[in-house]
Amino acid sequence: MNGLLDGLGWLFDPANWSGPTGVATRLVEHVWISGVAVLLACAVALPIGLWLGHLGRGGTLAINISNVGRAVPTFAILALLYMTVLGLSNWTTIIALVLFGIPPILTNTYVGMREVDRDAVEAARGMGMSGTQLLRRVELPLATPLIMGGIRLATVQIVATATLAAVISGPGLGRIITSGFGRQDVPQIIGGAIIVCLLALVVEGLMAWLQRAVDPMRGARRRRRSRSDRDQGMPLMADEVVSAG
Amino acid sequence: MALFGPAHDATLADNCLVRNDWVCGEYIRTRREDITEALGQHVTITVISIVIGFAVALVLAVVARRVGWLRGAILGTSTALYTLPSLAMFSILLPFTGITATTVVVGLVLYSLTILVRGILAGLDAVPDDVREAAVGMGYDGFRLLRKVELPLAMPTIFAALRVATVSTVALTTVGMIVNHGGLGNLINRGLSSNFHAEVLTASVLCVVLALIADALLLGLQRWLTPWRRTVSA
Repeated sequence: MNGLLDGLGWLFDPANWSGPTGVATRLVEHVWISGVAVLLACAVALPIGLWLGHLGRGGTLAINISNVGRAVPTFAILALLYMTVLGLSNWTTIIALVLFGIPPILTNTYVGMREVDRDAVEAARGMGMSGTQLLRRVELPLATPLIMGGIRLATVQIVATATLAAVISGPGLGRIITSGFGRQDVPQIIGGAIIVCLLALVVEGLMAWLQRAVDPMRGARRRRRSRSDRDQGMPLMADEVVSAG
Repeated sequence: MALFGPAHDATLADNCLVRNDWVCGEYIRTRREDITEALGQHVTITVISIVIGFAVALVLAVVARRVGWLRGAILGTSTALYTLPSLAMFSILLPFTGITATTVVVGLVLYSLTILVRGILAGLDAVPDDVREAAVGMGYDGFRLLRKVELPLAMPTIFAALRVATVSTVALTTVGMIVNHGGLGNLINRGLSSNFHAEVLTASVLCVVLALIADALLLGLQRWLTPWRRTVSA
């Protein structure tokens, strides 16, 4: 237990929070980098996932991209990108984070779109809705919980991977841990690890809240007391859980 | 540097190691022992973590089924653990287990729990009630019911989870390089600090290959353990 107490002691020392390598700077870096990566991953994966799901094509690709992604070590991708022409810049880290954020969003979006009740889709078609209308007014609202589940997984994973980026001298909170290892300063290592864990848990909590808050069918679902796993926020299928970074 | 030596000079061989190529057979040939050792460490750490993780997850899943109020607590805790970044997880274990392979194994076990507990629970939950009642009527109960009826029927779901957990664990083991027990991750880390392209790429590719082989082996094991499903189209 002493190790954890020393870590907390390090964390509560105001001197460690200020300056260009202080906790505050690293925290801002971490959140900024992760935030940009999540937005970019959404910008790439959402349109593709929505479109493939709407057409009902490319399912093998959309689902397998997650499985393949799981087998590729985050650390290896970070190292390989860093050693290419990209070199050491914040954008190297961001590109790696985006690559790891795309699979869960793409897969969940596709699955969400395909799991929309076929009767509802047929009914909407019968009412004369065009493809775009169908997508926007029927499929998207019904698929929102799963899509948000994917974004939530991606976000948690990106925050975790951003920590690992420190090993290749990337930005973010992980730097506190790696520089602690460099100086064999155990309280700093533990202090850094504690703040990283806290950030991860806070982000997970916020995303869980967001997932519930943006569900357009929330009211209807609550009334029906649906037994669906999706309503509890976390996808329960093992296939939808993606590796931690 | 040899890089600038005359091309015809026989003593300064112009091979891929000197050119620092990404793909280099010479690297594999000259560092074979190095690679085998890292591979061995990687496999050992992964296998131990998965075996322990599966045993712990099985116990937790059975407890979660028997003791209703613990179910939420077990699922919630394992999910929260899964949220923690690996670098931080290994670091927090440091004061308890030191710079040893144990740190990596404990971290990987904790990660595998989310997937395995959920998978085993989902599999057991899906066993039809009438099957269970019939078995109870035939005198099966407790451990025998679990072993003879529930687990075999839950096998496909459990194996799906086991495969996901194994593939993730193979990839995550690389992060163990932070305490110098990352198997192939050690090679990636060393190659990274010396800008050795072939070392980083070879170790990375080996990681992926290892994950795919492990997945295929588990699939084979599943087919072998569930012969009654072979007649059903996969």
